[in-house]
Amino acid sequence: MSHLLRRHAPITDKAWEEIDDEARDRLKPALAARKLVDFEGPLGWEYSATNLGRVQAIEGEHVTGVHALQRRVLPLVELRAPFTVSRDELRDIDRGAVDADFESLDAAAQRLAVAENQAVFHGMAASGVEGVCQATTHPTIELNGDGYDRYPTHVARAVEMLLSAGIEGPYGLAVSPEGYTGVIETTERGGYPLLDHLKKIVGGPLVWAPGVTGAVVVSLRGGDFLFECGQDISVGYDSHDAEVVNLYLEESFSFRVATPEAAVALVP
Amino acid sequence: MGFDQYHEPPEELPAPTRTFARMCASLTEEAEAIGWYEQRLAVEQDADARAIMSDAQGEEFKHFAMDLEYLLRRTPKWREIAQGVLFQDGDIVDHGEAAEAAAGEGDEETPAFGAAQSRDGSLGIGSLKGASL
Repeated sequence: MSHLLRRHAPITDKAWEEIDDEARDRLKPALAARKLVDFEGPLGWEYSATNLGRVQAIEGEHVTGVHALQRRVLPLVELRAPFTVSRDELRDIDRGAVDADFESLDAAAQRLAVAENQAVFHGMAASGVEGVCQATTHPTIELNGDGYDRYPTHVARAVEMLLSAGIEGPYGLAVSPEGYTGVIETTERGGYPLLDHLKKIVGGPLVWAPGVTGAVVVSLRGGDFLFECGQDISVGYDSHDAEVVNLYLEESFSFRVATPEAAVALVP
Repeated sequence: MGFDQYHEPPEELPAPTRTFARMCASLTEEAEAIGWYEQRLAVEQDADARAIMSDAQGEEFKHFAMDLEYLLRRTPKWREIAQGVLFQDGDIVDHGEAAEAAAGEGDEETPAFGAAQSRDGSLGIGSLKGASL
């Protein structure tokens, strides 16, 4: 049995299937980073650190004539989002109910996706993870509260900056939920949907990205943004009482930017 | 075209089990090919022919490893036992017995091939690169 202790939960196979399906359905639309960066793994729960291929000096000679170096690694981050499921709901699932209340699970899935997206795009300083927007060497493009009809100008400028740096496309565009809503609501002169115009400019997907502030244009050519997964998002068991079962969503990962020139941040 | 990898009527087998059987058959074929090349190399005297055979055997090593990894990723108990045996120093039989015993502890619900993603808790989401929205 794995550390997730699923077999200790008072949950039938049918209910586990429903929980896993619900979690998967809620997570996929929100996991914006995975739609734009390279993903490696899963490498397992015991996988603890990413090799950076670099060393740091250890001061002093501990033994005369011997120099010591220490390998540098990036430790994986563990994210865990707890949630509860009512035992009454679980019993109803076993009776064949298809409209189970998974409100707590849905909220946890959203929180976990936001945390993963923020780590990738804006970093997680305390963990050593540097986000795409921190790492980029390009100046940020100020949206300045311009209307959404100005987005093509800003995004086209970002693409031009990437091309000038020798970064090939296609590119993808991660947009905050507010920005995404604004984009799909907007049509340009002549009735052309802004969403389609932006996709044509970047040559790749436009991604709804909860947890992102503003927008980010990234190259999709590969090799620039590296998400290394230890344990992929999983559902584990924590405890239960007569009323509820306490579960959690959990994953472990590291993230590195290999080519800081391969992204441009657009800030509100 | 034969379907010898099936020992039960294929139409009664679920799709994941048919895939499992195909990959097991593929694994067997790669192992056979490795053995055949080993025998040919043992008797061939022509250096150029040996070089080609050796290169071809290397391909089979790769194919075998890929088939095996595919099967292990989707068969948790097999993977658990393999992890206790493969790439370990020491007595192979001892490792095998220990790994089998450890994998058998409390596993009356050993996950079947294809059910691994849900049974071991992973949602199996992985990469979504290229997806929009």
